[in-house]
Amino acid sequence: MRIKVDGEKCQGHNRCFVAARELFELDDYGYSHEVGDGVVPPALEENARLAVANCPERAISIEEIGEA
Amino acid sequence: MDGTVEDWATDYDIFDPAYVKDPYPVWDELRQQCPVAHTERWGGSWMPTRYADLFNIARDVQHFSSRNVLVAPAGPPPEDAGAEAATAFQVGAPPITSDPPVHTWARRLLLPPFSIQAVARLEPETRELCRSLIDGFVDQGRADAAADYAQQIPPRVIAGMLGIPKEMAGTFTDWVQGFLEFGLTNADIRGEAARSIFGFLRERVEERKERPGDDLISYLLASEVNGRAVPEPHVLGTCFLLLVAGIDTTWSSIGSALWHLAQHPEDRARLVAEPELMPVAVEELLRAYSPVTMARVVTEDLEYNGRKIAAGDKVLMSFPAANRDPEKFPDADKVIIDRAENPHIAFGVGIHRCAGSNLARMEMQVSIEEWLARIPEFRLEDPDAVTWAGGQVRGPRSMPVVFP
Repeated sequence: MRIKVDGEKCQGHNRCFVAARELFELDDYGYSHEVGDGVVPPALEENARLAVANCPERAISIEEIGEA
Repeated sequence: MDGTVEDWATDYDIFDPAYVKDPYPVWDELRQQCPVAHTERWGGSWMPTRYADLFNIARDVQHFSSRNVLVAPAGPPPEDAGAEAATAFQVGAPPITSDPPVHTWARRLLLPPFSIQAVARLEPETRELCRSLIDGFVDQGRADAAADYAQQIPPRVIAGMLGIPKEMAGTFTDWVQGFLEFGLTNADIRGEAARSIFGFLRERVEERKERPGDDLISYLLASEVNGRAVPEPHVLGTCFLLLVAGIDTTWSSIGSALWHLAQHPEDRARLVAEPELMPVAVEELLRAYSPVTMARVVTEDLEYNGRKIAAGDKVLMSFPAANRDPEKFPDADKVIIDRAENPHIAFGVGIHRCAGSNLARMEMQVSIEEWLARIPEFRLEDPDAVTWAGGQVRGPRSMPVVFP
C-alpha cells in the first residue's frame, strides 16, 4: 500500500498526522506530505485508511501495490 | 415575515429561540425538502444544509467571497462609533475576511504560531488553568459548567498568546459577546465593541513596537511579506481576528461537549476508562455540536441547485447542518464517541479552514480530560434551565451541573 498527499488540496487540517504520525510530515505551515516514498508498512495500513477517510479535503489517495 | 416562522424553507430565522435551542429537526426537514433554503429576514440570505453543498460552496472562493463573513447584516459601524471602528470596518479581520491574493500571504503569516507543535507548547499552562478553575468550585458539588468553566478557558489562552494580562479575560469575553452575540443583530452594540477592541489593540501594538516580546503581536510586527513589514492596519485586523474568533467559538465547543457528557454516563465512563480515545471523541463532539456558521457573499449572478442566486446575496455556511447530514455520516444524529471515520467540516473546508483548529482541539481535549479527572460523575441540574446562544456561534451560555 502506498499513500500520497495532494499538496494542492491539503489545507492543513492535520487529521492525517493525528491518525498516522509515522506516515505524514507537516511543514511549518501545517501542510502535510507523505513520509518518504509513501509506502505503508503492513502494521500501519489501518491507520493509513483512517487518514484517508478523515481528510475533509479528500486530499489523500491510496494505492495498493501488492506483494513485492 | 415578522414573528413565528411557519415555513423554514422560505422564511427561516437563525435567531428564532426554538431553533437556537434545537436546530436539528429544521435541518433534517430542509435537507430533504429544500436543501438550499432562503429567507428575507436579517438582510436576506440562502442556507444550504447538505454536506455536499457546503463542501462545494466553501471551496468555490471565486463565486463565494469571504469579504463579509458575519451572518447578520454588517453594514458600516454607526458614524459616531469612532475612528477605530471605521478602521476595523475598512481593514476587516484578515485572513478570515480576505479573498486571494491577500488571503494567501495573510494566512501563511498566521499558520506557524498555530501549528500543532506550537500549540502543544501551550498545553501545560492550559492544563494548569483548567485545574485552578475546577479548584474554585469542586468542593461545592455544583457549578455552571458554561459560565464558570468553558467560558473562562479560551480568553485566558488567547490573552497569553497575545502577551496581554490574563486579568483582561473577562473584558475580552464582554467585547466578543458584544461583537458576535448581542451585537450581531444590533449595529450600535457591535460598533461599540469594535471600537473598544481596536482601541485596546492599538495601544498594545504601540507598546510592542517600543518593547517587543515573545508574543503574537510582536511576531506579526516583526514579520515581513515580500521583503516589507506587514502594514500596521493589517496587524491590527489580524489581532482583532485572533481575539474575536478564538473565544466564544471554543468556549461553545467545550460547553457543548460537557452538555453531552452530563447526559451520557456511558460516554463519560468510556473516556475515563480509555483516555487514548479522547482525540477521536473530540472530533465526534465537534461534528455533532459544531458551533460555527460563517457567511459568504456571492460574487456574480449564478444558479446553484436550481436556485437563482444574485451577485451580492449572502450564503450562510451552516457547517453544523452539514455535519449532521445522514447522507455523509451514518447515524448522523447519534454521538458515537469512538466514530473512526469522521471527515467533519466543523472548522470549514477549503482555503478558509479555521487557522486556530489545532488550538481549539487542544483546549477541548485538555478541558474535558481535566474535568473528567476531577468530576467523573455529573449531571445537568435542570435540562430546561440550560440557555443557548446561536446565530453565528452556537453553544450553552448557562449550564448548571451537580456532582456528588
